Amino acid sequence: MSQHSENTPILEARNLIKVLGGNRVLDSVNLDIGRGRVKVLIGPSGAGKSTLLQCLNFLTPPDSGHILLEGREVNAGSKKELCSFRQQVGMIFQDFNLFDHLSALENVRVALMKVRGMSKLDATERAVAELKRVGLVDRAAHYPANLSGGQKQRVAIARALAMDPKVMLLDEPTSALDPELIGEVLTVIRALAQGGMTMIMATHQISFSASLADEFIFMEKGRIVEHGSPAELLGKGVGSRTQAFCAKISELTGEADGEFRS
Amino acid sequence: MDFNVAFTAAHEALPYMLGGVVWTAGLIVGAMLLGLALGVPLAVLQVYGPRSVRRMVATYVWLFRGIPILVQLYIFYFGLLAWLSGLPGLTGIGLDSPFVAAVMVLGLTSSAYQSQIFRGAIQSLPAGQLKAGRALGMTDGQVIRTVVLPQALRLSIPAWSNEYSILLKDSALAFTIGVVEIMGRMRAIASTTHEPVSMSFVAGIIFFVLTWVGVKGLSILENKVRIAGYTRQGAV
Repeated sequence: MSQHSENTPILEARNLIKVLGGNRVLDSVNLDIGRGRVKVLIGPSGAGKSTLLQCLNFLTPPDSGHILLEGREVNAGSKKELCSFRQQVGMIFQDFNLFDHLSALENVRVALMKVRGMSKLDATERAVAELKRVGLVDRAAHYPANLSGGQKQRVAIARALAMDPKVMLLDEPTSALDPELIGEVLTVIRALAQGGMTMIMATHQISFSASLADEFIFMEKGRIVEHGSPAELLGKGVGSRTQAFCAKISELTGEADGEFRS
Repeated sequence: MDFNVAFTAAHEALPYMLGGVVWTAGLIVGAMLLGLALGVPLAVLQVYGPRSVRRMVATYVWLFRGIPILVQLYIFYFGLLAWLSGLPGLTGIGLDSPFVAAVMVLGLTSSAYQSQIFRGAIQSLPAGQLKAGRALGMTDGQVIRTVVLPQALRLSIPAWSNEYSILLKDSALAFTIGVVEIMGRMRAIASTTHEPVSMSFVAGIIFFVLTWVGVKGLSILENKVRIAGYTRQGAV
């Protein structure tokens, strides 16, 4: 029994293994994250970043391995424990996954009422506050089909925040967005990080995440091949795999100038 | 054929035939509701249930899709329900009435078809909807009730209105076991007036109007519950 202390990671994954269609999509992955930290997953597509994030809250159950929340192992076999665990772990998806039949306000409110058992009045008040936080309170009555991609993702973030998560998992939150809409979402994510939210984020926004992340985790073929602070991995002349990968994608996307500040 | 005679006969028969609409409406409403009440859980079980349950639902669907309604009416009315209503505790509650038998047969058959409508709609929803609900800590039951079904049922309305128009016409078979709905009355009056053709026209027109009213009503409902800006191209 591990005791709860300042140093206990909020979320910890031990030895995660996931095999899909004969491929080891996750090959003994270990990861832990402390309170208020931001870790960024990078790597080529198919590296297992998305699978890792989805295994962390059992949306994709790992074949083996352990997940610990604040030092306590999560027993995913118990439905009750699984639901209570997922409430404490917010998830942001690449394609937003807003509930299409609910307005922005209802999207944020529905889990507060159904899962937390809040009254409609309290849930509405909280949902409005969260929409305000992401700058969308004037869109509360809009349905997802009438929101832009950036607005949808901000509603999705508000929806996750309303549950008071201890940690947020962000799975390429800007990859499905038109370039001109990425900024508004990154602004919200930056504000979250500065507000002390613990986050694990998969992204290709290298220079943005280099300015936020405490640690870069470079994945390839289901394994973590390098990890370290952005400065360690991306500094001049380091020659890391991470650096080579980042240089390549920034060349393709025309991001920054290939030089990474940290 | 003397059109004047035929028209006069039809005109005189109309009130009597319209009296059958009450029975037809009762059959349809009862059967559609029974089909809905069973079809939704059947669809959910067939999509999310364990393999053994999925197989049981599939068998149920095959059974009711595979046996003609006329055959089922005979089995239920002369067989199953006649036997059940003879059991102690089940007498005198109307199980032996032809109307009950017809509602059950039409309703159970419709539940098989309706379950496939809802199943298709559920499966057409993006998997992300379920994931998002789970990620918020909802149980699968909560996700199904608050996220999946409200969307799937909306998508089902056009197919449901098709099912209504089929069921309405199937209900005309209920006269064979003695339900005096439109068709039953048409046969009765045709045999006394010897005007089967004009009576058939009257019955046909009544059925047509009922179909039109129902389909129109469901399309109004569809517009009413439509989500602003929401279209799903190519689905369902």
